[in-house]
Formats: sequence, C-alpha cells, structure tokens
Amino acid sequence: METITLSGQLFQYLITGITVGSVYAMVAVGFNIIYNVTEIINFAQGEFVMLGGLIMVFFHVVAGLPLIMAFPATVILVTLVGILLDRLAIRPIRRPSVLTLIIATIAASILIKGAAMFIWGKDPYDLPAFSGRNPITVFGAVIQPQYLWVIGFLIIIVIVLSIFFDRTIIGKAMSACADNPNAASLVGINVKQMILLSFALSAAIGAVAGITVTPISLMEYDRGAMLAVKGFGAAILGGLGSFPGAILGGLIMGSIESFGAGVISSGYKDAFALIVLLIVLFFRPSGILGSIEISKIKRF
Amino acid sequence: MSRIGKIPTTVFALFIIAFPWVAHKIPSIEHYADIMIFAGIYCLMTMGLSLLMGYAGQISIGHAAFYGIGAYTSAILTVQFGLNPWPCIIVGMVISAVVAVVVGAPSLKLRGHYLAMATLAFGIIVYIIFNEEAAWTGGPDGMTGIPGLSLFGFEFDSVEKYYYLVWGFVFAVFIFTVNIIQSGIGRALRAIHVSEPAASAMGVDISRFKIMVFVYSAVLASLAGSLYAHYLNFINPSTFDLFFSIKLLIMIALGGMYNIWGAIIGAVLITFLSYEWLHYFEEYEVIVYGAILLLVTIFFPKGLVGVPGIVKGWFRE
Repeated sequence: METITLSGQLFQYLITGITVGSVYAMVAVGFNIIYNVTEIINFAQGEFVMLGGLIMVFFHVVAGLPLIMAFPATVILVTLVGILLDRLAIRPIRRPSVLTLIIATIAASILIKGAAMFIWGKDPYDLPAFSGRNPITVFGAVIQPQYLWVIGFLIIIVIVLSIFFDRTIIGKAMSACADNPNAASLVGINVKQMILLSFALSAAIGAVAGITVTPISLMEYDRGAMLAVKGFGAAILGGLGSFPGAILGGLIMGSIESFGAGVISSGYKDAFALIVLLIVLFFRPSGILGSIEISKIKRF
Repeated sequence: MSRIGKIPTTVFALFIIAFPWVAHKIPSIEHYADIMIFAGIYCLMTMGLSLLMGYAGQISIGHAAFYGIGAYTSAILTVQFGLNPWPCIIVGMVISAVVAVVVGAPSLKLRGHYLAMATLAFGIIVYIIFNEEAAWTGGPDGMTGIPGLSLFGFEFDSVEKYYYLVWGFVFAVFIFTVNIIQSGIGRALRAIHVSEPAASAMGVDISRFKIMVFVYSAVLASLAGSLYAHYLNFINPSTFDLFFSIKLLIMIALGGMYNIWGAIIGAVLITFLSYEWLHYFEEYEVIVYGAILLLVTIFFPKGLVGVPGIVKGWFRE
C-alpha cells in the first residue's frame, strides 16, 4: 500500500484548491465585467455556472453531441440567457437604484433556479471528463486530468479577455463605459449595448466555468447561490473591479476552502470561504489589489 | 412614509381583535387563525426590515439568521437548561443585537452592496452552524419538546390564545415603530433616504443611524424566532435557510418598502400564498415567488400600497 506523506497530502489540498479556486475566479471575473460597466452586483452570476453545467449535460449526454459541438452550443445558449436577463430584468426598471437592481437580480436568480428545477429535477448530474478519469500522480498528489482542463480554461479566459479589453475597439468602449458612462455616450458609445454585452460576456464565462467543473463536482439546480457568494468573496478579496484581483482572490479562496476542509473540518467546508469574505469586508473592503480611492468614486 | 393616522390604526386594531371570531364562524376559513399566527410572526420581521430598506436604503439577505438565533436560543435554554421561556427570549434578543452590531457596523460604514453580501454570507454561516453543532442544536433533525408560553399561570395553549399573544406583540411593535418614524430619529432617517451627503452635512451621523435600524430589525427577528419556536414546539435548520431571507425580501417588496403598512400587507399575503394558496404548485412555488418579485420590482416599485397612487395618477391624466 502506498503511504501518504504529509507533504503529498498538503500538495493535494493545494491542487484541489487551485482547481476549485479557478472556478471561483471565473465567477469573480464575471462579477467584475458587469460591475465595471454597470456598477451592478449580479446576484444571478452563479446561475450561469449552474446552467452551463446542466445544459452541457443535455447536449453532450442526452442529445449525444460530441464535446467539440456541445461546448460552444452550451456557451451560446447561456449567453442568450445573460442577454435575456439584461433585457427582461435590468433594462425595464425605470428608476434604477442599488436596492431595486439587487432585488431584480435576486428575483432573476430564483426564477432561473426554479426553471432549472422544473426542467432537470433535483438530482445532481454527471458529465464525462474531457479526457478520461485516469489520475496522474505528481509528488504524491492525485490529479484528475479534468483539474488541468479547469485551470487551462481559466488561463484561456484571462488571455482572451486581456486581448479583448486592451486591443479591440469594443473592449476599449466597454472600459470607457466603466470609467464614465456619460462621457462614453458623448463620444458616441452606445452604453446600453455595452451593458448588454457585459451581461452576455459574463454569462459566457459562467457557462465555461460550469461546463468544466461539472465532471469534477457534478451539477444540480441549487448550486448557483453558493457559487455566487464565493465568487463574490473572491472578487472582494482581490478588489472589486480588478481582473488580476479576481484571479488571485479566486485562487486564494479555493485554497483556503480546500485546506480548511482537509485540515480543520469538512462539515464547515462552505463556511471558510464566507468567513474570509466577512473578514475582508470588515478589515480591508478594497481588497488586495483594489484601491480605496476608486471605490469612493463609484456610485454604489 | 407618511404619517400614520388614528383611524387606520384603530381599524387595524379592530381587525386584529375580530379576525379569530369571524374566521371561527366560517367553516372554510376556520384554520386561518393558525395561519395568521405565522403571518404575525413574519410581520414582526418585515416591520423592522422595511425600516432598514425603506429608510436606510440597505438590504439584508441574512435575516433568517437572526430569526434562527432567537429560535435556537429559546430552544436550547429551555430544553437543555430548563429555564423559563421569557428570559430566554430576552437573551436571544440581546445576542442578536450584539451579533447585528458586529456584522452590521463594518459593512454599514461602507456604501452600497456590502451589507447585502455580508448578511448573505453571515446567514449561510449561521445556517451551517445550526446543521453542524448537533450536540447543541440537534443538527439537521432539529429540536423537539420546546415548551409553550405562559404568563402568571395563564397558558397560551390554544390557537386563539397564541394568536392574540403574537398579534399583541405585532401591534405593540407597530405603535413603537410608528413612533420611531415620527420622532427625530425618523426625520434623520428620512433625510438619509433623500440624500446622504445632505444629511451628513446637516450633522446626521449616517452610519450610526443605519446600525441602529439594523440592530432594531435583528432584535425583532429574534423575538419572532422565539415566538415561532414556542408555538411549534419544534425547530430544524431548514426553516432558517437562505430562501427564507429572500422570502422576507419578497414580502416587503410586494407590500411596499416605503410604508409600514406595506410590511404588514406583504407579510400576510405571502404567508397565505405559501401556507394556503400555492399548494397546487408544490415545490415549484419558487418560480411564482421569483415572478412576483421581478414583476413588482419592474412595475410597482412602491409595492401594493403604491398602487392607489398609480391609479390616481391615471385619472389625473
């Protein structure tokens, strides 16, 4: 029998933490995209992840589409949900305030969750791993190949997004809306379209997170709220609105959760990340990479 | 929130007194007094929350936690230590107040979404504690054998008696809250609601007032939780989950968050929806709640109490 060394065990927690953390990072990036353009915290962000996983199960397992086709189909469908969210829940509000916008996204999130329960029922669903389930052993830690897919997709998202925001006109227009919506519309940027685009983009990223994590942790209809809270925790930890912060925050959050569950208590697994969120809110609300000056000029 | 007149208050009091009588006479709604007990318990919470949302402009998605702290404090102290229920209710309220200061003070000093997320995280943590600390709370199975309430030898042992006890509390809290609204504190809160910078310039300590309102709403939720525990004689964690906090939000949004009547109307309506009228939907009632919340937010941002104003507006045109 193989002996499990302490260092191997700790390395195992770290790898698991970084994998889970990559998912939180994707959710946090989704939060930031919408927050930067609209200053709304989208409480339905976690539902995109849930939908990504379950719709992928439908396309890949039920309908039997190959991975290469089911993946984009799922992303497109969830993106449509994101667009609908903006058109049906956010834009119709005539006099938007923080309060009404929070309530609208909460309402949308329980609607989506209810619809998912209606369609898929309450059972968790499994998805075949992208490249099999033969674990790789590194330094005494067991690594599922799917872990690498999750981390890999986070890296792809980061690269694509940084090219998008730095090198393309649309991306720059979105950043302009984030800085000053009035000035942006004066120079001819259609702010409403940018808001729509931000919802579409963050829904797509949520879908990728859901698709890649489902082979590891399964997916069920009520997973969204917890993912949203932890993703938000990651965004706050890194500094709300900062993309490098979101990645860093997500990875730290995932690691804390993994070590906490492994070393301290598995029953409190979900509580660790939330306790970190509260501690950050209380002692450094601007996060690791955020700046207090910026958070002061934001409207909300 | 406009002034609360003597006439509506009297009508409200008469309605409370007469309801069990009337319900008792009509066989098909005989059990409504029982449902009204739960409605009253929820009213206690929504009155505090509407003050928090309508005035301080802050949102809490964790009030199920304070409701649970009240219920579990009462349950643990009475069942495991055999104490008299009344001091336990007070202890629960004190614990809730202290916790509310600890959770609320840092996030209320910040602007915007922070209280919403802090209370959301706090609510989930407390829910996990209720489930995990089985030695104290009985874990997911909950606790049984919580004693009923009695006062000077008078047992609140029937539905009618407990109804009058709960609604007596509701009416007292109603009067107290109305007094807060119409006092200097209420004026300060109104000023905060209109413009925070202006209120601050006039010397209103904004974060102090917000914390006061948050603590007040937490204490009321704790009282409601204790009353719930002593009525059902049984509690388990699922009562105090995240969805219950959202349900409180729906009650207030539906009734109207800028008006204390809205808190009461919303609580009563949603209670009847969930205990009586939505049986047909079973677990899919969550879709109905989502739809209600979204439609109210888009079309009736002032809730049902704002509808007469909208109708008046049509006639003027």
